[in-house]
Amino acid sequence: MRVAKERSGQDGADDDGALTGGDGGGEDGYVPSRRRIDREAYKRARSRRATAIAAVSTLVTGAVLYLIVVNAPGWPRTKETFFDGEYAREALPKVLEGLWLNVRLLLICGAAVLVLGMLIAIARTLRGPVFFPLRVLAAAYTDFFRGLPLIINLMIVVLGVPALRLQGVTVDPVVLGGTALTLTYSAYVAEVFRAGIESVHPSQRAAARSLGLTNRQALRFVVLPQAVRRQVPPLLNDLVSLQKDTGLVSIGGAVDAVRAADIIVGRSLNYTPYIVAGLVFVALTIPMTRFTDWVTARMDRRRAQGGAL
Amino acid sequence: MSDTPVLRMESVRKTFGETVVLRDVDLEVAPHTVTALIGASGSGKSTLLRCANLLEDIDDGAIWLDDEEITDPRADQDAVRRRIGVVFQAYNLFPHMTVLENITLAPRRVHGVSRTEAEERARELLERLGLAGKAGEYPDRLSGGQQQRVAIVRALAVRPRLLLLDEITAALDPELVGEVLTVVRDLKDEGMTMVLATHEMGFARDVADQVCFLDSGVVLERGTAEELFGDPRQERTRRFLRRIVEAGRL
Repeated sequence: MRVAKERSGQDGADDDGALTGGDGGGEDGYVPSRRRIDREAYKRARSRRATAIAAVSTLVTGAVLYLIVVNAPGWPRTKETFFDGEYAREALPKVLEGLWLNVRLLLICGAAVLVLGMLIAIARTLRGPVFFPLRVLAAAYTDFFRGLPLIINLMIVVLGVPALRLQGVTVDPVVLGGTALTLTYSAYVAEVFRAGIESVHPSQRAAARSLGLTNRQALRFVVLPQAVRRQVPPLLNDLVSLQKDTGLVSIGGAVDAVRAADIIVGRSLNYTPYIVAGLVFVALTIPMTRFTDWVTARMDRRRAQGGAL
Repeated sequence: MSDTPVLRMESVRKTFGETVVLRDVDLEVAPHTVTALIGASGSGKSTLLRCANLLEDIDDGAIWLDDEEITDPRADQDAVRRRIGVVFQAYNLFPHMTVLENITLAPRRVHGVSRTEAEERARELLERLGLAGKAGEYPDRLSGGQQQRVAIVRALAVRPRLLLLDEITAALDPELVGEVLTVVRDLKDEGMTMVLATHEMGFARDVADQVCFLDSGVVLERGTAEELFGDPRQERTRRFLRRIVEAGRL
Protein backbone atom coordinates (compact mmCIF):
# COMPACT_ATOMS: atom_id res chain seq x y z
CA MET A 1 0.00 0.00 0.00
CA ARG A 2 2.68 2.44 1.04
CA VAL A 3 4.71 1.79 -2.09
CA ALA A 4 1.75 2.40 -4.35
CA LYS A 5 1.09 5.70 -2.67
CA GLU A 6 4.61 6.93 -3.14
CA ARG A 7 4.51 6.07 -6.79
CA SER A 8 1.30 7.89 -7.47
CA GLY A 9 2.78 10.93 -5.78
CA GLN A 10 5.64 10.93 -8.27
CA ASP A 11 3.45 10.37 -11.27
CA GLY A 12 1.35 13.40 -10.49
CA ALA A 13 4.40 15.54 -11.03
CA ASP A 14 5.54 14.35 -14.42
CA ASP A 15 2.54 13.96 -16.67
CA ASP A 16 -1.19 13.74 -17.09
CA GLY A 17 -0.86 10.19 -15.82
CA ALA A 18 -3.14 8.08 -13.75
CA LEU A 19 -4.22 8.51 -10.17
CA THR A 20 -2.57 11.64 -8.93
CA GLY A 21 -2.61 11.37 -5.18
CA GLY A 22 -2.74 14.54 -3.16
CA ASP A 23 -1.00 13.08 -0.14
CA GLY A 24 2.08 14.36 1.56
CA GLY A 25 4.67 16.92 0.74
CA GLY A 26 6.85 17.44 -2.25
CA GLU A 27 8.50 20.31 -4.01
CA ASP A 28 5.62 22.75 -3.56
CA GLY A 29 6.73 24.01 -0.16
CA TYR A 30 3.88 22.31 1.68
CA VAL A 31 3.90 22.71 5.46
CA PRO A 32 1.61 20.42 7.49
CA SER A 33 -1.12 22.40 9.19
CA ARG A 34 -1.78 22.47 12.93
CA ARG A 35 -4.89 20.41 12.21
CA ARG A 36 -2.95 17.63 10.55
CA ILE A 37 -0.33 17.52 13.31
CA ASP A 38 -3.01 17.28 16.00
CA ARG A 39 -4.86 14.61 14.09
CA GLU A 40 -1.75 12.50 13.65
CA ALA A 41 -0.73 12.90 17.27
CA TYR A 42 -4.17 11.67 18.30
CA LYS A 43 -3.92 8.67 15.96
CA ARG A 44 -0.47 7.77 17.33
CA ALA A 45 -1.71 7.94 20.91
CA ARG A 46 -4.68 5.79 20.04
CA SER A 47 -2.52 3.14 18.35
CA ARG A 48 -0.14 3.05 21.35
CA ARG A 49 -3.13 2.47 23.59
CA ALA A 50 -4.39 -0.33 21.30
CA THR A 51 -0.99 -2.06 21.45
CA ALA A 52 -0.95 -1.87 25.23
CA ILE A 53 -4.44 -3.35 25.50
CA ALA A 54 -3.51 -6.16 23.12
CA ALA A 55 -0.41 -7.01 25.17
CA VAL A 56 -2.28 -7.11 28.47
CA SER A 57 -5.10 -9.15 26.99
CA THR A 58 -2.64 -11.68 25.53
CA LEU A 59 -0.82 -12.05 28.83
CA VAL A 60 -4.03 -12.59 30.77
CA THR A 61 -5.35 -15.14 28.26
CA GLY A 62 -2.04 -17.03 28.33
CA ALA A 63 -1.90 -17.06 32.12
CA VAL A 64 -5.50 -18.31 32.40
CA LEU A 65 -4.89 -21.14 29.91
CA TYR A 66 -1.67 -22.11 31.67
CA LEU A 67 -3.36 -22.24 35.06
CA ILE A 68 -6.25 -24.33 33.73
CA VAL A 69 -3.91 -26.89 32.20
CA VAL A 70 -1.48 -27.04 35.10
CA ASN A 71 -4.24 -27.38 37.68
CA ALA A 72 -6.04 -30.10 35.74
CA PRO A 73 -6.32 -33.27 37.85
CA GLY A 74 -4.39 -35.39 35.34
CA TRP A 75 -1.68 -32.86 34.58
CA PRO A 76 1.28 -34.54 36.41
CA ARG A 77 0.59 -37.80 34.60
CA THR A 78 0.04 -36.07 31.23
CA LYS A 79 3.22 -34.10 31.66
CA GLU A 80 5.14 -37.31 32.20
CA THR A 81 3.74 -39.15 29.16
CA PHE A 82 3.63 -36.26 26.68
CA PHE A 83 6.27 -33.77 27.72
CA ASP A 84 9.23 -35.79 28.90
CA GLY A 85 12.52 -34.00 28.16
CA GLU A 86 14.51 -37.23 28.19
CA TYR A 87 12.43 -38.89 25.50
CA ALA A 88 12.23 -35.65 23.50
CA ARG A 89 16.03 -35.54 23.29
CA GLU A 90 16.13 -39.16 22.24
CA ALA A 91 13.40 -38.74 19.61
CA LEU A 92 14.50 -35.52 17.96
CA PRO A 93 17.44 -36.82 15.87
CA LYS A 94 15.44 -39.85 14.70
CA VAL A 95 12.42 -37.71 13.86
CA LEU A 96 14.53 -35.23 11.92
CA GLU A 97 16.11 -38.08 10.01
CA GLY A 98 12.63 -39.31 9.14
CA LEU A 99 11.56 -35.78 8.22
CA TRP A 100 14.06 -35.75 5.37
CA LEU A 101 11.89 -38.41 3.73
CA ASN A 102 8.81 -36.19 4.19
CA VAL A 103 10.62 -33.27 2.60
CA ARG A 104 11.69 -35.34 -0.40
CA LEU A 105 8.18 -36.69 -0.78
CA LEU A 106 6.80 -33.16 -0.63
CA LEU A 107 9.15 -31.90 -3.34
CA ILE A 108 8.60 -34.77 -5.74
CA CYS A 109 4.88 -35.23 -5.15
CA GLY A 110 4.36 -31.44 -5.15
CA ALA A 111 5.91 -31.12 -8.60
CA ALA A 112 4.00 -34.14 -9.92
CA VAL A 113 0.73 -32.83 -8.45
CA LEU A 114 1.13 -29.42 -10.10
CA VAL A 115 1.78 -30.97 -13.51
CA LEU A 116 -0.93 -33.62 -13.30
CA GLY A 117 -3.44 -31.20 -11.76
CA MET A 118 -2.85 -28.70 -14.55
CA LEU A 119 -3.25 -31.37 -17.24
CA ILE A 120 -6.53 -32.55 -15.73
CA ALA A 121 -7.82 -28.99 -15.42
CA ILE A 122 -6.95 -28.26 -19.05
CA ALA A 123 -8.53 -31.53 -20.15
CA ARG A 124 -11.76 -30.43 -18.48
CA THR A 125 -11.84 -27.13 -20.36
CA LEU A 126 -11.11 -28.56 -23.82
CA ARG A 127 -13.87 -28.12 -26.36
CA GLY A 128 -14.75 -30.15 -29.39
CA PRO A 129 -16.11 -33.64 -29.84
CA VAL A 130 -12.68 -35.29 -30.15
CA PHE A 131 -11.94 -34.47 -26.55
CA PHE A 132 -15.21 -35.81 -25.17
CA PRO A 133 -13.70 -38.96 -23.64
CA LEU A 134 -10.84 -36.94 -22.18
CA ARG A 135 -13.26 -34.49 -20.59
CA VAL A 136 -15.32 -37.29 -19.09
CA LEU A 137 -12.24 -39.09 -17.79
CA ALA A 138 -10.89 -35.93 -16.19
CA ALA A 139 -14.24 -35.19 -14.54
CA ALA A 140 -14.56 -38.77 -13.30
CA TYR A 141 -11.02 -38.67 -11.97
CA THR A 142 -11.56 -35.52 -9.90
CA ASP A 143 -14.93 -36.74 -8.63
CA PHE A 144 -13.47 -40.07 -7.54
CA PHE A 145 -10.24 -39.00 -5.93
CA ARG A 146 -11.68 -35.97 -4.19
CA GLY A 147 -14.28 -38.19 -2.60
CA LEU A 148 -12.02 -41.10 -1.70
CA PRO A 149 -10.50 -40.66 1.77
CA LEU A 150 -6.75 -40.31 1.47
CA ILE A 151 -6.10 -42.97 4.08
CA ILE A 152 -8.14 -45.53 2.13
CA ASN A 153 -6.46 -44.55 -1.11
CA LEU A 154 -3.09 -45.07 0.60
CA MET A 155 -4.06 -48.49 1.93
CA ILE A 156 -5.34 -49.63 -1.45
CA VAL A 157 -2.21 -48.51 -3.28
CA VAL A 158 0.43 -49.28 -0.66
CA LEU A 159 -0.99 -52.64 0.45
CA GLY A 160 -3.06 -53.64 -2.56
CA VAL A 161 -0.56 -53.14 -5.37
CA PRO A 162 2.16 -55.37 -3.84
CA ALA A 163 -0.52 -58.04 -3.24
CA LEU A 164 -1.03 -58.26 -7.01
CA ARG A 165 2.56 -59.50 -7.34
CA LEU A 166 2.93 -57.86 -10.73
CA GLN A 167 6.25 -58.36 -12.46
CA GLY A 168 8.37 -55.21 -12.53
CA VAL A 169 6.01 -53.14 -10.37
CA THR A 170 7.61 -51.69 -7.31
CA VAL A 171 6.60 -52.71 -3.82
CA ASP A 172 8.54 -49.85 -2.25
CA PRO A 173 6.12 -48.27 0.25
CA VAL A 174 7.62 -44.81 -0.30
CA VAL A 175 7.07 -44.88 -4.06
CA LEU A 176 3.60 -46.34 -3.69
CA GLY A 177 2.70 -43.93 -0.91
CA GLY A 178 3.94 -41.03 -2.99
CA THR A 179 1.82 -42.27 -5.89
CA ALA A 180 -1.28 -42.39 -3.72
CA LEU A 181 -0.64 -38.87 -2.42
CA THR A 182 -0.15 -37.61 -5.97
CA LEU A 183 -3.39 -39.25 -7.12
CA THR A 184 -5.48 -37.59 -4.42
CA TYR A 185 -3.81 -34.20 -4.43
CA SER A 186 -3.88 -33.91 -8.23
CA ALA A 187 -7.65 -34.04 -8.00
CA TYR A 188 -7.72 -31.17 -5.50
CA VAL A 189 -5.21 -29.10 -7.40
CA ALA A 190 -6.99 -29.73 -10.71
CA GLU A 191 -10.09 -28.16 -9.18
CA VAL A 192 -8.06 -25.18 -7.97
CA PHE A 193 -6.69 -24.66 -11.47
CA ARG A 194 -10.11 -25.11 -13.03
CA ALA A 195 -11.63 -22.55 -10.69
CA GLY A 196 -8.83 -20.22 -11.73
CA ILE A 197 -9.44 -20.80 -15.42
CA GLU A 198 -13.14 -20.16 -14.99
CA SER A 199 -12.53 -17.01 -12.96
CA VAL A 200 -10.90 -15.31 -15.93
CA HIS A 201 -13.63 -13.19 -17.49
CA PRO A 202 -14.91 -14.43 -20.88
CA SER A 203 -14.14 -11.02 -22.35
CA GLN A 204 -10.44 -11.84 -22.00
CA ARG A 205 -10.87 -14.90 -24.15
CA ALA A 206 -12.98 -12.90 -26.60
CA ALA A 207 -10.26 -10.28 -26.86
CA ALA A 208 -7.63 -12.95 -27.47
CA ARG A 209 -9.73 -14.72 -30.10
CA SER A 210 -10.52 -11.43 -31.83
CA LEU A 211 -6.78 -10.90 -32.23
CA GLY A 212 -6.66 -14.15 -34.17
CA LEU A 213 -5.23 -16.32 -31.41
CA THR A 214 -6.38 -19.92 -31.58
CA ASN A 215 -8.25 -21.44 -28.67
CA ARG A 216 -5.06 -23.07 -27.47
CA GLN A 217 -3.02 -19.87 -27.76
CA ALA A 218 -5.71 -17.93 -25.92
CA LEU A 219 -5.53 -20.49 -23.12
CA ARG A 220 -1.76 -20.48 -22.98
CA PHE A 221 -0.98 -16.79 -23.26
CA VAL A 222 -4.04 -15.10 -21.83
CA VAL A 223 -6.17 -17.37 -19.64
CA LEU A 224 -3.69 -19.64 -17.87
CA PRO A 225 -1.20 -16.95 -16.78
CA GLN A 226 -4.03 -15.03 -15.12
CA ALA A 227 -5.60 -18.17 -13.69
CA VAL A 228 -2.35 -19.43 -12.15
CA ARG A 229 -1.50 -16.07 -10.62
CA ARG A 230 -4.87 -15.84 -8.96
CA GLN A 231 -4.60 -19.37 -7.62
CA VAL A 232 -1.17 -19.11 -6.03
CA PRO A 233 -2.50 -18.74 -2.47
CA PRO A 234 -4.88 -21.75 -2.61
CA LEU A 235 -2.20 -23.79 -4.39
CA LEU A 236 0.35 -23.13 -1.69
CA ASN A 237 -2.34 -23.95 0.84
CA ASP A 238 -2.75 -27.36 -0.75
CA LEU A 239 1.01 -27.84 -0.74
CA VAL A 240 1.13 -27.14 3.00
CA SER A 241 -1.60 -29.70 3.43
CA LEU A 242 0.32 -32.20 1.26
CA GLN A 243 3.37 -31.61 3.40
CA LYS A 244 1.52 -32.82 6.47
CA ASP A 245 -0.08 -35.72 4.70
CA THR A 246 3.29 -37.08 3.60
CA GLY A 247 3.31 -38.36 7.19
CA LEU A 248 0.64 -40.88 6.18
CA VAL A 249 3.03 -42.93 4.04
CA SER A 250 4.16 -44.40 7.35
CA ILE A 251 1.19 -46.78 7.19
CA GLY A 252 3.11 -48.79 4.61
CA GLY A 253 6.11 -49.05 6.91
CA ALA A 254 8.26 -46.30 5.40
CA VAL A 255 10.28 -44.63 8.13
CA ASP A 256 9.36 -40.97 7.98
CA ALA A 257 9.13 -38.53 10.90
CA VAL A 258 5.85 -39.98 12.15
CA ARG A 259 7.03 -43.56 11.89
CA ALA A 260 10.32 -42.68 13.61
CA ALA A 261 8.33 -41.29 16.54
CA ASP A 262 6.04 -44.32 16.44
CA ILE A 263 8.95 -46.72 16.85
CA ILE A 264 10.13 -45.00 20.01
CA VAL A 265 6.59 -44.77 21.39
CA GLY A 266 6.09 -48.48 20.78
CA ARG A 267 9.22 -49.26 22.75
CA SER A 268 8.81 -46.81 25.64
CA LEU A 269 5.05 -46.28 25.89
CA ASN A 270 5.79 -42.57 26.26
CA TYR A 271 4.04 -40.25 23.80
CA THR A 272 6.56 -37.43 23.83
CA PRO A 273 8.02 -38.41 20.42
CA TYR A 274 4.61 -37.70 18.82
CA ILE A 275 4.67 -34.19 20.24
CA VAL A 276 8.19 -33.76 18.88
CA ALA A 277 7.15 -34.99 15.42
CA GLY A 278 4.10 -32.74 15.49
CA LEU A 279 6.14 -29.67 16.40
CA VAL A 280 8.68 -30.47 13.70
CA PHE A 281 5.90 -30.52 11.10
CA VAL A 282 4.55 -27.22 12.40
CA ALA A 283 8.05 -25.75 12.21
CA LEU A 284 8.29 -26.91 8.60
CA THR A 285 4.87 -25.46 7.73
CA ILE A 286 5.43 -22.00 9.12
CA PRO A 287 8.09 -20.95 6.57
CA MET A 288 5.81 -22.29 3.84
CA THR A 289 2.87 -20.23 5.09
CA ARG A 290 5.02 -17.12 5.38
CA PHE A 291 6.26 -17.78 1.86
CA THR A 292 2.63 -17.94 0.68
CA ASP A 293 1.91 -14.58 2.28
CA TRP A 294 5.05 -13.08 0.81
CA VAL A 295 4.26 -14.30 -2.70
CA THR A 296 0.71 -12.97 -2.48
CA ALA A 297 1.84 -9.61 -1.17
CA ARG A 298 4.52 -9.31 -3.80
CA MET A 299 2.02 -10.06 -6.56
CA ASP A 300 -0.36 -7.37 -5.29
CA ARG A 301 2.46 -4.88 -4.99
CA ARG A 302 3.84 -5.55 -8.42
CA ARG A 303 0.45 -5.00 -10.00
CA ALA A 304 -0.17 -1.84 -8.04
CA GLN A 305 3.24 -0.54 -8.93
CA GLY A 306 3.08 -1.52 -12.55
CA GLY A 307 6.84 -1.61 -12.88
CA ALA A 308 8.79 -3.63 -15.40
CA LEU A 309 8.31 -7.37 -15.22
CA MET B 1 -15.77 3.31 -54.09
CA SER B 2 -17.08 0.77 -56.53
CA ASP B 3 -14.72 -1.98 -55.32
CA THR B 4 -16.11 -5.10 -53.75
CA PRO B 5 -17.19 -4.33 -50.22
CA VAL B 6 -14.81 -5.23 -47.38
CA LEU B 7 -17.73 -6.49 -45.32
CA ARG B 8 -21.09 -7.61 -46.60
CA MET B 9 -23.99 -9.03 -44.63
CA GLU B 10 -27.08 -10.53 -46.15
CA SER B 11 -30.28 -11.40 -44.30
CA VAL B 12 -28.44 -12.02 -41.06
CA ARG B 13 -30.56 -13.40 -38.26
CA LYS B 14 -29.38 -13.94 -34.71
CA THR B 15 -31.33 -15.07 -31.68
CA PHE B 16 -30.47 -15.62 -28.05
CA GLY B 17 -32.99 -18.21 -26.94
CA GLU B 18 -36.41 -16.72 -27.65
CA THR B 19 -35.12 -13.20 -28.24
CA VAL B 20 -34.49 -12.18 -31.82
CA VAL B 21 -31.49 -9.86 -31.66
CA LEU B 22 -30.87 -9.33 -35.38
CA ARG B 23 -33.56 -9.71 -38.03
CA ASP B 24 -32.86 -9.72 -41.75
CA VAL B 25 -29.86 -7.44 -41.48
CA ASP B 26 -28.17 -6.37 -44.73
CA LEU B 27 -25.03 -4.30 -44.68
CA GLU B 28 -22.33 -3.28 -47.11
CA VAL B 29 -19.12 -1.60 -46.07
CA ALA B 30 -17.02 -0.24 -48.92
CA PRO B 31 -13.23 -0.02 -48.61
CA HIS B 32 -11.88 3.05 -46.81
CA THR B 33 -15.27 4.05 -45.48
CA VAL B 34 -16.69 4.42 -42.00
CA THR B 35 -20.05 2.96 -41.10
CA ALA B 36 -21.70 4.07 -37.88
CA LEU B 37 -24.33 1.92 -36.19
CA ILE B 38 -26.64 3.95 -34.01
CA GLY B 39 -29.69 3.02 -31.98
CA ALA B 40 -30.84 2.51 -28.42
CA SER B 41 -29.11 0.10 -26.05
CA GLY B 42 -30.19 -3.42 -26.86
CA SER B 43 -30.99 -2.62 -30.48
CA GLY B 44 -28.38 -5.14 -31.68
CA LYS B 45 -25.38 -2.93 -32.54
CA SER B 46 -22.85 -4.85 -30.48
CA THR B 47 -24.23 -8.22 -31.51
CA LEU B 48 -23.88 -7.22 -35.14
CA LEU B 49 -20.20 -6.46 -34.59
CA ARG B 50 -19.64 -9.67 -32.66
CA CYS B 51 -21.23 -11.65 -35.47
CA ALA B 52 -19.00 -9.93 -38.03
CA ASN B 53 -15.99 -11.12 -36.07
CA LEU B 54 -17.44 -14.62 -35.58
CA LEU B 55 -17.48 -14.20 -31.82
CA GLU B 56 -21.14 -15.17 -32.20
CA ASP B 57 -22.58 -17.75 -34.58
CA ILE B 58 -25.40 -16.41 -36.69
CA ASP B 59 -28.66 -18.37 -37.11
CA ASP B 60 -29.32 -17.51 -40.73
CA GLY B 61 -28.02 -15.37 -43.57
CA ALA B 62 -24.42 -14.94 -44.59
CA ILE B 63 -21.45 -12.64 -44.04
CA TRP B 64 -18.61 -12.00 -46.50
CA LEU B 65 -15.22 -10.52 -45.83
CA ASP B 66 -13.57 -9.44 -49.10
CA ASP B 67 -15.78 -11.81 -51.07
CA GLU B 68 -15.00 -14.79 -48.88
CA GLU B 69 -18.01 -16.19 -47.09
CA ILE B 70 -16.87 -16.30 -43.47
CA THR B 71 -20.08 -17.82 -42.16
CA ASP B 72 -19.40 -20.93 -44.22
CA PRO B 73 -18.76 -23.59 -41.57
CA ARG B 74 -15.71 -24.69 -43.54
CA ALA B 75 -14.11 -21.25 -43.31
CA ASP B 76 -11.05 -20.95 -41.08
CA GLN B 77 -12.40 -18.77 -38.27
CA ASP B 78 -8.99 -17.97 -36.83
CA ALA B 79 -7.80 -16.80 -40.24
CA VAL B 80 -10.86 -14.57 -40.56
CA ARG B 81 -10.34 -12.99 -37.14
CA ARG B 82 -6.72 -12.29 -38.02
CA ARG B 83 -7.93 -9.88 -40.69
CA ILE B 84 -10.36 -8.05 -38.41
CA GLY B 85 -9.37 -5.80 -35.54
CA VAL B 86 -11.79 -5.27 -32.65
CA VAL B 87 -11.84 -2.63 -29.95
CA PHE B 88 -14.20 -3.34 -27.08
CA GLN B 89 -16.18 -1.02 -24.86
CA ALA B 90 -14.38 -2.29 -21.74
CA TYR B 91 -10.93 -2.25 -23.47
CA ASN B 92 -10.33 -5.92 -22.53
CA LEU B 93 -6.59 -5.40 -22.22
CA PHE B 94 -4.70 -8.33 -20.70
CA PRO B 95 -3.98 -7.23 -17.12
CA HIS B 96 -1.00 -9.54 -16.62
CA MET B 97 0.91 -8.09 -19.56
CA THR B 98 2.56 -4.72 -20.03
CA VAL B 99 1.26 -2.38 -22.70
CA LEU B 100 4.03 -3.52 -25.02
CA GLU B 101 3.29 -7.21 -24.40
CA ASN B 102 -0.41 -6.63 -24.98
CA ILE B 103 0.34 -5.10 -28.35
CA THR B 104 3.00 -7.52 -29.57
CA LEU B 105 1.20 -10.73 -28.51
CA ALA B 106 -0.78 -11.20 -31.71
CA PRO B 107 1.93 -10.07 -34.17
CA ARG B 108 4.42 -12.44 -32.57
CA ARG B 109 2.26 -15.45 -31.81
CA VAL B 110 -0.23 -15.30 -34.63
CA HIS B 111 1.61 -13.60 -37.45
CA GLY B 112 5.11 -14.86 -36.70
CA VAL B 113 6.66 -11.41 -36.63
CA SER B 114 10.00 -11.26 -34.82
CA ARG B 115 10.07 -9.69 -31.38
CA THR B 116 12.25 -6.76 -32.45
CA GLU B 117 10.07 -5.99 -35.42
CA ALA B 118 6.83 -6.30 -33.45
CA GLU B 119 8.12 -4.04 -30.69
CA GLU B 120 9.36 -1.50 -33.18
CA ARG B 121 5.96 -1.24 -34.81
CA ALA B 122 4.25 -1.17 -31.40
CA ARG B 123 6.42 1.72 -30.22
CA GLU B 124 5.81 3.57 -33.46
CA LEU B 125 2.04 3.23 -33.03
CA LEU B 126 2.20 4.15 -29.35
CA GLU B 127 4.15 7.25 -30.24
CA ARG B 128 1.59 8.23 -32.83
CA LEU B 129 -1.24 7.87 -30.34
CA GLY B 130 0.58 9.87 -27.69
CA LEU B 131 1.46 6.94 -25.47
CA ALA B 132 5.22 6.84 -26.01
CA GLY B 133 6.12 6.64 -22.31
CA LYS B 134 3.64 3.91 -21.45
CA ALA B 135 5.13 0.83 -23.11
CA GLY B 136 6.35 -0.71 -19.84
CA GLU B 137 3.25 0.04 -17.77
CA TYR B 138 0.56 -2.42 -16.81
CA PRO B 139 -2.95 -1.54 -18.02
CA ASP B 140 -4.39 -0.84 -14.57
CA ARG B 141 -1.91 2.00 -14.14
CA LEU B 142 -3.40 3.87 -17.08
CA SER B 143 -6.45 6.11 -17.32
CA GLY B 144 -9.48 4.85 -19.23
CA GLY B 145 -8.65 6.97 -22.25
CA GLN B 146 -5.08 5.70 -22.29
CA GLN B 147 -6.24 2.09 -21.94
CA GLN B 148 -8.65 2.50 -24.82
CA ARG B 149 -5.93 4.00 -27.01
CA VAL B 150 -3.69 1.05 -26.14
CA ALA B 151 -6.54 -1.26 -27.14
CA ILE B 152 -6.72 0.54 -30.48
CA VAL B 153 -2.98 0.16 -30.97
CA ARG B 154 -3.31 -3.54 -30.12
CA ALA B 155 -5.98 -3.94 -32.78
CA LEU B 156 -3.94 -1.97 -35.34
CA ALA B 157 -0.67 -3.80 -34.69
CA VAL B 158 -1.68 -6.67 -36.97
CA ARG B 159 -2.63 -4.31 -39.83
CA PRO B 160 -6.26 -5.43 -40.00
CA ARG B 161 -8.35 -5.14 -43.14
CA LEU B 162 -11.31 -3.99 -41.12
CA LEU B 163 -11.66 -2.41 -37.71
CA LEU B 164 -14.72 -2.96 -35.53
CA LEU B 165 -15.24 -0.45 -32.72
CA ASP B 166 -17.85 -1.41 -30.15
CA GLU B 167 -18.98 1.70 -28.23
CA ILE B 168 -15.38 2.44 -27.45
CA THR B 169 -16.10 5.66 -25.60
CA ALA B 170 -19.09 4.45 -23.59
CA ALA B 171 -17.02 3.58 -20.51
CA LEU B 172 -14.96 6.77 -20.56
CA ASP B 173 -15.26 9.94 -18.53
CA PRO B 174 -16.52 12.77 -20.75
CA GLU B 175 -13.18 14.59 -20.80
CA LEU B 176 -11.42 11.45 -22.05
CA VAL B 177 -13.80 10.80 -24.94
CA GLY B 178 -12.15 13.41 -27.13
CA GLU B 179 -8.69 11.85 -27.10
CA VAL B 180 -10.08 8.52 -28.29
CA LEU B 181 -12.32 9.98 -30.98
CA THR B 182 -9.40 12.00 -32.36
CA VAL B 183 -7.59 8.74 -32.92
CA VAL B 184 -10.54 7.30 -34.83
CA ARG B 185 -10.71 10.44 -36.99
CA ASP B 186 -7.02 10.10 -37.84
CA LEU B 187 -7.55 6.46 -38.78
CA LYS B 188 -10.31 7.47 -41.15
CA ASP B 189 -8.01 9.97 -42.79
CA GLU B 190 -5.49 7.20 -43.31
CA GLY B 191 -8.10 5.15 -45.13
CA MET B 192 -8.91 2.52 -42.50
CA THR B 193 -12.20 0.74 -43.11
CA MET B 194 -14.24 0.82 -39.91
CA VAL B 195 -17.61 -0.13 -38.50
CA LEU B 196 -18.46 1.49 -35.22
CA ALA B 197 -21.31 1.17 -32.82
CA THR B 198 -21.67 4.45 -31.00
CA HIS B 199 -23.78 6.70 -28.81
CA GLU B 200 -21.73 9.74 -29.82
CA MET B 201 -24.11 11.15 -32.43
CA GLY B 202 -22.07 14.26 -33.10
CA PHE B 203 -19.07 12.11 -33.81
CA ALA B 204 -21.05 9.70 -36.00
CA ARG B 205 -22.30 12.65 -38.03
CA ASP B 206 -18.78 14.00 -38.51
CA VAL B 207 -16.94 10.85 -39.31
CA ALA B 208 -19.35 8.35 -40.87
CA ASP B 209 -19.85 7.84 -44.60
CA GLN B 210 -22.80 5.63 -43.88
CA VAL B 211 -25.08 5.63 -40.85
CA CYS B 212 -27.41 2.76 -39.97
CA PHE B 213 -30.16 3.17 -37.43
CA LEU B 214 -30.94 -0.11 -35.68
CA ASP B 215 -34.21 -0.64 -33.91
CA SER B 216 -35.04 -3.96 -32.24
CA GLY B 217 -32.58 -5.85 -34.39
CA VAL B 218 -33.65 -4.35 -37.69
CA VAL B 219 -31.76 -1.80 -39.78
CA LEU B 220 -34.69 0.55 -39.91
CA GLU B 221 -33.03 3.29 -41.86
CA ARG B 222 -29.68 3.89 -43.51
CA GLY B 223 -28.05 6.66 -45.49
CA THR B 224 -25.32 9.23 -45.46
CA ALA B 225 -24.85 11.16 -42.26
CA GLU B 226 -26.62 14.20 -43.77
CA GLU B 227 -29.61 12.15 -44.84
CA LEU B 228 -30.04 10.30 -41.61
CA PHE B 229 -29.41 13.15 -39.19
CA GLY B 230 -30.76 15.92 -41.43
CA ASP B 231 -33.87 14.35 -42.84
CA PRO B 232 -34.81 11.06 -41.24
CA ARG B 233 -37.67 9.39 -43.06
CA GLN B 234 -38.82 6.96 -40.39
CA GLU B 235 -40.91 8.10 -37.47
CA ARG B 236 -38.89 5.92 -35.06
CA THR B 237 -35.60 7.40 -36.23
CA ARG B 238 -36.99 10.88 -35.72
CA ARG B 239 -38.15 9.99 -32.23
CA PHE B 240 -34.77 8.46 -31.34
CA LEU B 241 -32.88 11.50 -32.59
CA ARG B 242 -35.27 13.85 -30.81
CA ARG B 243 -34.61 12.07 -27.52
CA ILE B 244 -30.87 12.36 -28.15
CA VAL B 245 -31.17 16.08 -28.80
CA GLU B 246 -33.28 16.52 -25.65
CA ALA B 247 -30.59 14.70 -23.67
CA GLY B 248 -28.09 17.24 -25.01
CA ARG B 249 -26.09 14.61 -26.86
CA LEU B 250 -26.32 16.09 -30.35
